[in-house]
Amino acid sequence: MRKILITLLFALFGTTANADGHCSKPSGSINILANDFPALRTFVETAKGCKGSADFKVTHSSEHNKIAVPALTANPSEFSARIAANSSIVPLMNQDLIRPMDDLVKKYGKGIQDSQLITIDGKVMAVAFMANTQHLYYREDVLKELGIPVPKTYEEVVAASEKIRASGKMQHPYAAAYKAGWNLAEEFVNMFIGHGGEFFKAGTAEPNINNAKGVATLNMLKKLASLSNPDYLTHDSEAIKVEWESGKVALMTLWASRSGTLLDDEGDAKITAATKLTGPATVGGGNIPAATLWWDGFTLAKNRSDSDAEATFIALAHAASNKKMVADAADQAVWLVEGFVPGPKSIGVIEAVKMGAKPYPMLPQMGLMHGALGSEIVEFLQGKESAEQALKDVEAAYISKAKEQGFL
Amino acid sequence: MEYGLDKRSNALKTFNTTFIIIWLLIACFPFIWTFWGSFKVRADFFSRADWWYAISAFNTLLETGGQFTSKAYSEAWTEGEFWRASRNTIIVTVFVVSISLFLGTLGAYALSRSTERYAFWILIAALIFRAMPHITLVSGYLFPFFELQIWGILPTTIVVLVAINQPFTLWLLYSFFKTVPKELDESALIDGCSYFQAFRYIIMPVMWPGVITAGLFSLMLAYNDFTVTALLLNQENHTMVPKIQSYLGTNQHEGNLMWAVSAVVSATAPLFMLVMFFQRQVISGLTTGAVKG
Amino acid sequence: MPNKTFFWFFLPTGLVMILFIGLPIISTGIQSFYAQHDQVVKEVKKCDPFGCTVSIVVDQEATSILRDEKPLGKFNGFGTYVDRNHLAIEQISDFWKETETFGEFINQVTNLPFYKALLFTLTYCLFVTPNVLLLGFIIALSLNAISRKIRGPLIFGTILPMIVTPLVGSLVLFWMIDAEGIIGANLQLMMEDPYLSLKSSRTLTWITIIIYGIWHHSPFAFVVFYAALQTVPQEPVEAAIIDGASRYQRIRHIVLPHIYPVVTFVALISLMDNFRVFEPIIGFSAEGSAQSLSWLIYDNLVNEEVILFGSAAATSMMTIIGIAILLAPVLIRTWKEFRTAR
Repeated sequence: MRKILITLLFALFGTTANADGHCSKPSGSINILANDFPALRTFVETAKGCKGSADFKVTHSSEHNKIAVPALTANPSEFSARIAANSSIVPLMNQDLIRPMDDLVKKYGKGIQDSQLITIDGKVMAVAFMANTQHLYYREDVLKELGIPVPKTYEEVVAASEKIRASGKMQHPYAAAYKAGWNLAEEFVNMFIGHGGEFFKAGTAEPNINNAKGVATLNMLKKLASLSNPDYLTHDSEAIKVEWESGKVALMTLWASRSGTLLDDEGDAKITAATKLTGPATVGGGNIPAATLWWDGFTLAKNRSDSDAEATFIALAHAASNKKMVADAADQAVWLVEGFVPGPKSIGVIEAVKMGAKPYPMLPQMGLMHGALGSEIVEFLQGKESAEQALKDVEAAYISKAKEQGFL
Repeated sequence: MEYGLDKRSNALKTFNTTFIIIWLLIACFPFIWTFWGSFKVRADFFSRADWWYAISAFNTLLETGGQFTSKAYSEAWTEGEFWRASRNTIIVTVFVVSISLFLGTLGAYALSRSTERYAFWILIAALIFRAMPHITLVSGYLFPFFELQIWGILPTTIVVLVAINQPFTLWLLYSFFKTVPKELDESALIDGCSYFQAFRYIIMPVMWPGVITAGLFSLMLAYNDFTVTALLLNQENHTMVPKIQSYLGTNQHEGNLMWAVSAVVSATAPLFMLVMFFQRQVISGLTTGAVKG
Repeated sequence: MPNKTFFWFFLPTGLVMILFIGLPIISTGIQSFYAQHDQVVKEVKKCDPFGCTVSIVVDQEATSILRDEKPLGKFNGFGTYVDRNHLAIEQISDFWKETETFGEFINQVTNLPFYKALLFTLTYCLFVTPNVLLLGFIIALSLNAISRKIRGPLIFGTILPMIVTPLVGSLVLFWMIDAEGIIGANLQLMMEDPYLSLKSSRTLTWITIIIYGIWHHSPFAFVVFYAALQTVPQEPVEAAIIDGASRYQRIRHIVLPHIYPVVTFVALISLMDNFRVFEPIIGFSAEGSAQSLSWLIYDNLVNEEVILFGSAAATSMMTIIGIAILLAPVLIRTWKEFRTAR
């Protein structure tokens, strides 16, 4: 956990032990499947710079999750590499579709730091290069004017929001991505972890959310929702970002990766100047933040020839240890690559790591729980059912899904 | 021609005109708004502060110094590689429409001229086929397509779109063929033509309106489809709609909404022209076909 | 037409349909009866940039033995169909025993995902289909009375809602109906309610989606009806005018009977499309308040990291059955027509 912190500090004091992005000119055929956003495009472009004589193809797709499992199941697999995150690596692990890359790391991974390696059961299954989390954003001017200190806990966020509302400055001072489905479930996951909850009974896939911690989580979500725009169930991170830019919100929980556009020179300069970032809040007296840490990394397809895997690894490792890339694209992401100098936009992630935030659970059945949460807790927030009933529904929905998938 | 309405009644005429104007406003307003907004910056068109910004171009003035900007268009077409997506869309639509019509006319002609009971059951089966949600079909394709290594290329997508579109095309063309009198081809058969010759030289020439109508519906499907194209094409071959989707960004990462808006306007423009061009044929085409349902 | 000729004419289209729709339907049907094998899990140490934990993974060695033996999975019969996320037979009988009033029972049942989705889907069909038919017909009548010269552009304007990509059309509309968007803000002014928001309550969301549905599908009905109107013979209409029949009577007794077959066709197609309603839910981000059967399938296949093929297959099969039931009256009519035509 502290590894990243050490890495980042290490980076701050600047060491240039390794030469920039060494590349051992691979040959073969490289084909990468990735999500579609600027930082990943930068990463893949950098990898392309080290393609040697290899045939280099990439598919950036918003539907990557859907394509990945069938694509890597085929033999030979369509893609030689898949860029995944801690949630999307799970189906690949479940189906045994990615290969360990210890020998490749040893042979070609000089620039890659140990902290970048994702190891499962002692084997390197992925190499991470980016980090992300959700944390608090606040309007310095509004808080100062009303004499409110920067909130450290969600209880303080609620109190601060109530104070702002009472002052008449803003009707709905808090915002978070509560859009029903994946986003809302993610907020529940954060808050539940903040309360110290465990989603499953130790060592099994039995659900473990219908308890006091689950109820406390739901009540906190509802309290925050009541301080948000009444349309909160349709608001994704894009929508709340726009709301922030329109100056109607003073406190917000949002992805660190989206800080870039909030701090750039587009939009109202006054709001931009007053936008400040801080770490994620804690909740319910707990000391770990109510947030999850995410990484993006690359994995290699199992059903592909060793030479293609080697070529792909060389190209991607070139990008995953490229100091020039992280320097040039410093504001696109919080890079885990050596040489990254964290700027003001990375405060959230660094704070989260310092506070000991947990990573998003990399469990085989977590996706099913996430899905069940996304649709079953909506009615509680709408005031149609009790917290206990909502949690009971989540467990029931999860259990049917888990039974179908053979986890229970 | 004006049944149901008296030419003499002025009150009714006024009412009728008002109704049409209101309907057209409702029908076209979102597109006029989108077209107008595509020349603004994001902070104006997607503003949560005040919708009036989209009219007054408050931020557009600040950011670009002018009331209108075509930045989104030029960026989407060059940097966003929308040109490539348009090229792919043209290829896909041309092939889907022509293959659909070729297969559809043959099949529908046979159905319309058969008096056997199985013809009815084929029509019913086609309806049931049409009821299958596309997303389930496409998910089912993924495994075999990857295994056969035909995923990602344009021909696969074209064949899939043709297949998905066949039930509707068959039903539509079937009803058209039903309106062409049987005597026409029967006399040709007596004269010694084969069925194919009768179909090709006697029936098809009078079928153009129907073919154009069916073609337009296939074109719309191929042009607007998201499920099939997004899941079955690789990046190089992405058509316009998945491309537009990719401009929208993800949960964690910002997209480029104005690219999407300008791309939508760009994508709709040729469709407008096509519809304008074929409008007469569509309507007269449906006229013949629709009578019998 | 002789069977052999029929065969050759129908072969190409039949082949693509069987290959790309028929076979997938069969395999979906088979899949819906299977569940995944029991996943053997084991505890291992996992390390990532943020630290190490001990947690579980699927034990590949143990699981792959099971998988190789039976690649389709574990036979589950109708297990998936009756589980809580689908027909929920067990839960419903429990509710029946536990609840005291019928209203409470209905409440409990519609809290189950499948019935919740079914309720919305049917409501949507019920409101959208007749309104589409009606609005399409009125627009067709009205446009038909307008001077021919300007009819072209008007028709073009009328079919606009149909031809634009639904995914994107509703994205723009989503922003327009926002409380701060052009439509939402003006609605607030008109209703004199500064807190009115179309997205915040279930009822208003449903109404919004239904209105969108009518707006989006009416042009289809219009095109077909307009074409059909062109074929109504002039003589009976003129004779009726001379006889002093009112406008309503003329439409009721001459125009409508003439275009009746077309009405059936439009009703059939739009009922089917409405039953599969899906895109507006995504476009309007309405998942919280409105879920349809197609949305459930999408959710199983796309929204989750672990793809639930069995569950999606079962919902798909039930969608097909649902459509078949809805269309049954029309199909029976078609059969009668077909028999008399022979």
